[in-house]
Amino acid sequence: MTTKTTVLNLTEEEFVHPGNRACSGCGLSIIYRTALKALGRDTILVVPPSCLTVLQGLYPIAATQLPCLNVTFASTAAAATGVLGALRAQGRKHTTVAAWAGDGGTADIGLQALSGACERGEDFIFFCYDNEAYMNTGVQRSGTTPRHVLTTTTPVSGKPQKSKDVPAIMAAHGLDYIATASASYPIDLYDKTVKAKTFSGPRYFHIHTPCPAGWGFPANLSVKIGRLAVETGLFDLYEIERGRFCLTGKSARMIGKKRPPVADYFKTQARFKMLSDAHIEAVQQEVDEKWERYEKAGVPADQ
Amino acid sequence: MNDKNGFALKKSHSEPGPGDGGRTGSWRVLRPVIDLEKCTPAKKNKDACFLCWLYCPDGVITKSIRPEIDYEYCKGCGICAEECPAGAITMVEETIIIMQGDQ
Amino acid sequence: MHIIESGNVAAALGVQLAEAAVIAAYPITPQTPLTEKLSELVDAGEMKAQYIPVESEHSALAVCIAASSTGSRTFTATSANGLLYMTEQLNWAAGARLPIVMCVVNRGIGAPWTVWNDHQDAVSQRDTGWIQLYACDHQQIVDSVIKAFALAETVSIPVMVCYDGYILSHTYMPFELPDPEQVRTFLPDFSPQYALDPLCPKNLNTVTLPDIRPDIRNETAPGYMEIRHNLHTDMRKSLGILEDIEKRFETVFGRGGDPFIEPYRTDDAQYVAICMGSLSYHLRDVIDKLREEGVSVGVAGLRVYRPFPDKAVAEAFSGKKGLIVFEKALSYGYQGAMFADIKAALYGCSDRPFVKNYILGLGGREIKTTELAGALRDSCHPGSESADASEWIGLKM
Repeated sequence: MTTKTTVLNLTEEEFVHPGNRACSGCGLSIIYRTALKALGRDTILVVPPSCLTVLQGLYPIAATQLPCLNVTFASTAAAATGVLGALRAQGRKHTTVAAWAGDGGTADIGLQALSGACERGEDFIFFCYDNEAYMNTGVQRSGTTPRHVLTTTTPVSGKPQKSKDVPAIMAAHGLDYIATASASYPIDLYDKTVKAKTFSGPRYFHIHTPCPAGWGFPANLSVKIGRLAVETGLFDLYEIERGRFCLTGKSARMIGKKRPPVADYFKTQARFKMLSDAHIEAVQQEVDEKWERYEKAGVPADQ
Repeated sequence: MNDKNGFALKKSHSEPGPGDGGRTGSWRVLRPVIDLEKCTPAKKNKDACFLCWLYCPDGVITKSIRPEIDYEYCKGCGICAEECPAGAITMVEETIIIMQGDQ
Repeated sequence: MHIIESGNVAAALGVQLAEAAVIAAYPITPQTPLTEKLSELVDAGEMKAQYIPVESEHSALAVCIAASSTGSRTFTATSANGLLYMTEQLNWAAGARLPIVMCVVNRGIGAPWTVWNDHQDAVSQRDTGWIQLYACDHQQIVDSVIKAFALAETVSIPVMVCYDGYILSHTYMPFELPDPEQVRTFLPDFSPQYALDPLCPKNLNTVTLPDIRPDIRNETAPGYMEIRHNLHTDMRKSLGILEDIEKRFETVFGRGGDPFIEPYRTDDAQYVAICMGSLSYHLRDVIDKLREEGVSVGVAGLRVYRPFPDKAVAEAFSGKKGLIVFEKALSYGYQGAMFADIKAALYGCSDRPFVKNYILGLGGREIKTTELAGALRDSCHPGSESADASEWIGLKM
């Protein structure tokens, strides 16, 4: 990281009005508020149906202070392409185009348009805020819902399948910049967003976004739970910069350190109620093996 | 709303403004109250900490030496109290505050 | 300048003359030569536009929706299942009041697969809030594309220019290519009331509630129902705008006519055949032959299907004895959609003709002149009025 941002020097300028309809303790609100600080005023947003549509407000009042185009569910990245096309046609080259979609809008219904836009090399930043289910419609399972998690469409025994690795799918498109982030590490997200702006072409963010209502935990624990996902080694903060994988921030500092057991994370949320001890054990093994690989490979860390 | 051709361009074009969801402070069951005796920047009388400001989902806490909370819009999630390293923020039941106000 | 080109190239040249700034399209037969031509014009530097080769029709219209919302003139084209894949976006573009122009190169829709011509694709999308124009030959294709941009941008409603796959898209005909300077006179630069701009941030197409709400100035803003009512009333008003545009086009280019119904030997006819697209020109030969036989019949081509020119239809056909509607589409489980629309338009006329419906040419089934003549001979006399059920021509069973 070239820029060293701290809480003290992070801009006070706000781009989201209070009094919006996001739930109390919403993880998305934290990341949206922070990333917009990094994106700045010269930005056009593109948003499909999602919790962000709710946060943005009901006509004729908008919570976001940036121009924003609401589009159909499957078309986010294509619509971002259209905004860029018009900006190019008009010679408006300085404006950043940023798309914000949930996990369903990214990994499921929006994947085709996203893949197409990435293959065409469209010059936009795509933010996927992953709250691991269709929260806006009432917690239905999505492509990124982890295995055995209870949702309203996997209500008894949990989701049988494991989640898909969207950053890896994006990496297969050969993007110059891919980053993960977490609602619990806003400065890390801010820095990565500032950095992403220095690249051109498609750039992708995958952001772990705790959801009190959907995950079943008290609203005051959003940041704690997101932090636990990183500290247990379940969700890793990293960048893939021109193909080079690099752990960042808290995850980078965890190399060679002891991690709390993943069970600590699972027990904080009602959605993991159906996880068997055997499954938790299996997940722990997967996480341990992943971190062993990081350590053996000497995965470059940024600090 | 009429354009040059006389076609009233009624469409869903929203303008930025606060309080789209109303005074969301009314959602609150618990009210965060800052004890300035414990709050790091207030105690040191200089810029410090500001984690409550950083993590507040709704951006209703000021980034100031004596942080202030906009109760008009604070939804009462309690993340600030949970994250405050000095333990300076306590969540107080709104009913108690209302009763105190009545006295 | 007189040139000989295919219908698809005529459409592409119209788009070039209209100076569309952002073009997005996905390949589908029989539209492809149109977008191939546009990509060639852009690649060769003969057209200053962004050509975006998207990965689906849904995305093609997404690009147009977003580019139009950002203030650029946009164009796309499709056919058949491609149009159906756009359905969600068609409704979105109209509801957002975006003046996108799209060529629909008419083709039958699957299943089973067909690549040949009928009108089921566009007719099935008649309630999406788009204006639908139908062209009968190459001159009308190139002219309609230019007029479509003028109309769309005047009323802020998207426009489809529909023409028959293969019959028009792939055949070569001579036509007059409009002069670029004259096109600039006729079609001013696109200047939308609002375009996405960080200096004036607005949030477009946000969620609406069933009732109206005050805006940030505490003034009442229209709600969903008002927005939709407005689309409808502006669609109705666009009939008048279309007439104005037609007159203005005639003044500038010296070509024009009735923008709603293109008549052929109807003035003195007791019976009139009516249809959309190239079939109306096909029928002219049939009419000439039947006139020689003494059958009092003419033909009318319907040039705009939505908004429906009901007053023009009532005025044109009130007093006729019979109206024979030939349709390359069908509202399954009832009758031809245009047939039902025409009957509704005539309902208030005291001296209304009987109306009869023939379904023909589905999936490119050959439409034989002898069959058209036979159908008209059967229909053009008193007492030939059939039951409401549509009759089918060319069915081999």
